[in-house]
Parts: sequence; structure tokens; C-alpha cells
Amino acid sequence: MAVGLTHYLVISTILFCLGLFGVLTRRNAVAILMGIELMLNAGNINLVAFNRYVAPGAVSGQVFALVVITLAACEAAVGLALVMAAYRGLETIHVDEINLMKW
Amino acid sequence: MGELAAFTILSALMLVPAVIVVTSRNIVRSALSLVPTFLGVTGFYIMLHAEYVAGIQVLIYAGAITVLILFVIMLTEGGSGTMVRQVTGQVPLGAMAAIWLAFLILVTLSRTTWPVARGELPSYSVQAIGTAFLTNYVLIFEVTSLVLLISLVGAIVIARREE
Repeated sequence: MAVGLTHYLVISTILFCLGLFGVLTRRNAVAILMGIELMLNAGNINLVAFNRYVAPGAVSGQVFALVVITLAACEAAVGLALVMAAYRGLETIHVDEINLMKW
Repeated sequence: MGELAAFTILSALMLVPAVIVVTSRNIVRSALSLVPTFLGVTGFYIMLHAEYVAGIQVLIYAGAITVLILFVIMLTEGGSGTMVRQVTGQVPLGAMAAIWLAFLILVTLSRTTWPVARGELPSYSVQAIGTAFLTNYVLIFEVTSLVLLISLVGAIVIARREE
């Protein structure tokens, strides 16, 4: 049995849902960012797998995957800077304690 | 047969640390478990003949982002001890949402037939990627560089200590 497109899609679905679980349940803002990275990786697997199996002559999927990796790096940098700013101002990085703007 | 074996091993190498990432009480262990996950994804890219993306994945994810996350964990002490409760009260709700979404996507996948095309990728895809970036996708390329610049400045401004 050869490995097909569906195999990759199933694994990336599981990875995406694990990331979603982390984002929804974690209290630490850094751990939430880790969940987001997992979700972005799952999306990248999809892009590259579709490129390989649906349009093997083109490289569009790989180009998009590279763009997503770049934007993930930007997102991690800005997100972690926000975490640092929140820690400095509020002395906590637990998202359920950061409720300054909650009415 | 060998391909399927490699796929199975890489999947296990990827998903088991991913479970640790989202469930471990020790946040440093979570951050370090990201590395085998990213390396498993790298193996997938190599199996899919996307060698350049695999190299960039190792450089940026396994190298840069993990180190950045570890630095922030070390700098924000008090949030990362193993004695601290690490999960919100939404664990059942979050698990339900994740499992429900996984079920929905898997059902959709099983009912869809993809237009799989036969054919081989160019054997050396780096050249094709470079050409694509500077011809068809030049706007994406430029906008991405702008976003990189803005996020660089933004991260410095946000994380700077106010006088």
C-alpha cells in the first residue's frame, strides 16, 4: 500500500486538532503560542502534500509553505514580545488572569 | 512498503511529542517536545520531495522559534513552575471542540475524491522556487519582506522597557 494524499491529510488533521486543544486549554500564553505553531505546521503539511499529489509540475504549494513559515516566525516574535510586555506590566502571563479590559 | 514504514515512524515521532506539547505540566518539557514534532514535519517534507522547505523548516522552526520560546519561558518566571496550574477550566470543552473538529474534517476527507495527478516534481526544485518567487509571486515576496520589517520593528518597540 503506497502512501497517498489522504495519509498526509489525516496526520495533519490530527496535528491541527492537537494544536487547537492546546490553544483552548492552556493557561500560559507561551504554551498557547506553541499550539499555534503546531496548527501552522499542520497547514504547511497540507500545502506541500497538495503540491506533490495534485499539481506536481508546479511549486506553488512550496512557495506558500515558505511564506507561511516566514509569517509564523513574525507571529512568534511579535507574540512573544507581547508576552514579555504583559509580564512586565501585569506580573503574570496566565491568560485567565489578564483581564484588565474585561467589563 | 518502505515508504509506508517511514511514514508510520515519522507520524509517531511527530504526534507523540505533539501530545506532550499540549498536555505536559512542565512547560520547558513542552517547549523541548516541539523539536521532534518539527523534525517529524521535516521528514514529511523530504518524503514529499520538498527538500528546500525541509531545510528552511529545520532552520526556522527547530532552530529559531524553539530557542525564542525557551528564552521567553526563562524570562517570565512564575508562570512556568510545575506547581502552577497550567490549564484553564475549559479542558472538557476544548477536548470536545478538538475531537468534534477532527471528526468533521475526517468525515469530509473520506467523502472527497481529490484530482490526483500523476507526474514528477522537478528533481531540483530550489531553482523553480526561486524563479516562481521572482516572477509569478513577486508581490507576495515583497509584501512578506515588508511584514518581516514591520514585525521586527514592532517586536523591538513592544518588548522594550519604557523609560
